[in-house]
Amino acid sequence: MKRDVTFRCEGLSKSFDGVQALVDFHLVLPSEGIVAIIGPNGAGKTTLINLLTGFLRPDSGQVFLGERKTINLAPHKIARLGVARTFQDLRLILQVSVLDNVMLSRPNQRGERLFYALTRIGVRAEQERNRDVSMELLRFVGLKDKAGKLAGELSYGQQKFLALACCLATDAKILLLDEPVAGVHPEMACRILELLRKLRDDGKLVVFIEHDISAVRSTAERVIVMDHGKIIAQGIPSEVLERSEIMEAYLG
Amino acid sequence: MVYIEHILVLIGIYTILSVSLDLLAGHTGLMAMSHAAFYGLGAYTSGLAAVYFGAPFIVGVLLGMTVAAMVSLVVSLPSLRLRDDYFVIATFAFQIILFSIFNNWIGLTSGPLGIPAIPQPSIFGWTIGSHAGFVAVAAILAGFGYFVVWRIATSPFGRVLNAIREDEIFAQALGKHTLWFKVEAFAVSAALAALAGSLFAHYITFIDPTSFTVMESILIISMVIIGGAGSRWGPLIGAVVLVTLPEALRFVGLPSSVAANLRQIIYGTLLVIMMIVRPRGLVGKYGFGR
Repeated sequence: MKRDVTFRCEGLSKSFDGVQALVDFHLVLPSEGIVAIIGPNGAGKTTLINLLTGFLRPDSGQVFLGERKTINLAPHKIARLGVARTFQDLRLILQVSVLDNVMLSRPNQRGERLFYALTRIGVRAEQERNRDVSMELLRFVGLKDKAGKLAGELSYGQQKFLALACCLATDAKILLLDEPVAGVHPEMACRILELLRKLRDDGKLVVFIEHDISAVRSTAERVIVMDHGKIIAQGIPSEVLERSEIMEAYLG
Repeated sequence: MVYIEHILVLIGIYTILSVSLDLLAGHTGLMAMSHAAFYGLGAYTSGLAAVYFGAPFIVGVLLGMTVAAMVSLVVSLPSLRLRDDYFVIATFAFQIILFSIFNNWIGLTSGPLGIPAIPQPSIFGWTIGSHAGFVAVAAILAGFGYFVVWRIATSPFGRVLNAIREDEIFAQALGKHTLWFKVEAFAVSAALAALAGSLFAHYITFIDPTSFTVMESILIISMVIIGGAGSRWGPLIGAVVLVTLPEALRFVGLPSSVAANLRQIIYGTLLVIMMIVRPRGLVGKYGFGR
């Protein structure tokens, strides 16, 4: 994927049973950096990520990834364009090992094609490379020692790290993270935010939904404040988060 | 002796059926009710090919597997877009439809009269007429079916199937075309069921629609669940248990009219007991209750 390819939303609207989750929503994401999305519950943050990743279809409006319209693409196709996401309710395969979760996440595996699954031609060598890359990613997120454990045996915080490792394993350039630090120990949250900064330094675009204002302030280069399905403010965190009317809307 | 050999052949046939269904039910989490339909499709395809065109056993087997795999696409492409319960109903409907075709397309299948005089198979000039020979062929084919399923289950392809069973949305978010994986698994499973069907047709040398009813699908599902879905030996053990158990009842000395009905009662009771006491099956890792 080219470096400057990124998401652009034009006039997105989505409602659920008459409740407007997004209203005529316009947004242009930068091609790299760290962007935080904040807003009260029900502001439409998760809906936005679901629309960007193809898990929901908008009622109207368009999403572009670079020049490409993506609203009619299936989730797996958008993922293959270099977009990875995590879920608010962590989604992992809890019954298999931590390493298997990451290996599963690697893209374009030969052994995932039926012919090669049966004949195993070149699959062993590929899986060894796959294992090395996956172990390296587990080292990066600090789970190397847990590689052989079942994912379900990890603590909630460790599972958040694993979800991040799975995202990275897809080689995505754009990471959309739904509350990556919510509900984890503050020390762990710091480490996750530190990883996000490292990923930014590697040229990735990291978009994360967050409730903790201090996390946004310390990490994000840009913040988008949403309320009732609209952007009510966006810009540099130090400026936006000082404006009292924004904070009032946010704190409700 | 012939009696024991007969049971061994049946175990071979049902091993292929339960192991191949387990690729869907156990490894992918798709409870297909249509397995007997593909079993019948294989039996009818190779039976008819042998009777009308004198096709050799191996040709009939390959033909049956191909037809079943192709027909599976007709079922899987629309029904695999449906969610769990609806998929079960869609495959159930397909099972009913195929049985009706076997039973009513008189011109092709002779309907309830069935197809008699299917020749015993000959492989490279060696005609398998003895029961011992059939035990060998059944064992080889069961081993082949088992090998194919286990090979797939332990590959990266199987890893994706497992992921689909546990969390399809996660797999999609990782860029896996989950529908296609399910369609492929369904086709392999159907083709293996057809293999069992060909073996059955050439072994019994007579087929009629009553062998391929929805009850047969339920029997195969029972084997998978009682043995342990998604496990290494579960479906095999399930096949052995559910083939031998009713045979053992013969020696209790019940009148045949009672014994036949008793079989159904036993399957039902066993399933209920297993669901309560051991939902993972005898040796299984994964339960269906979540």
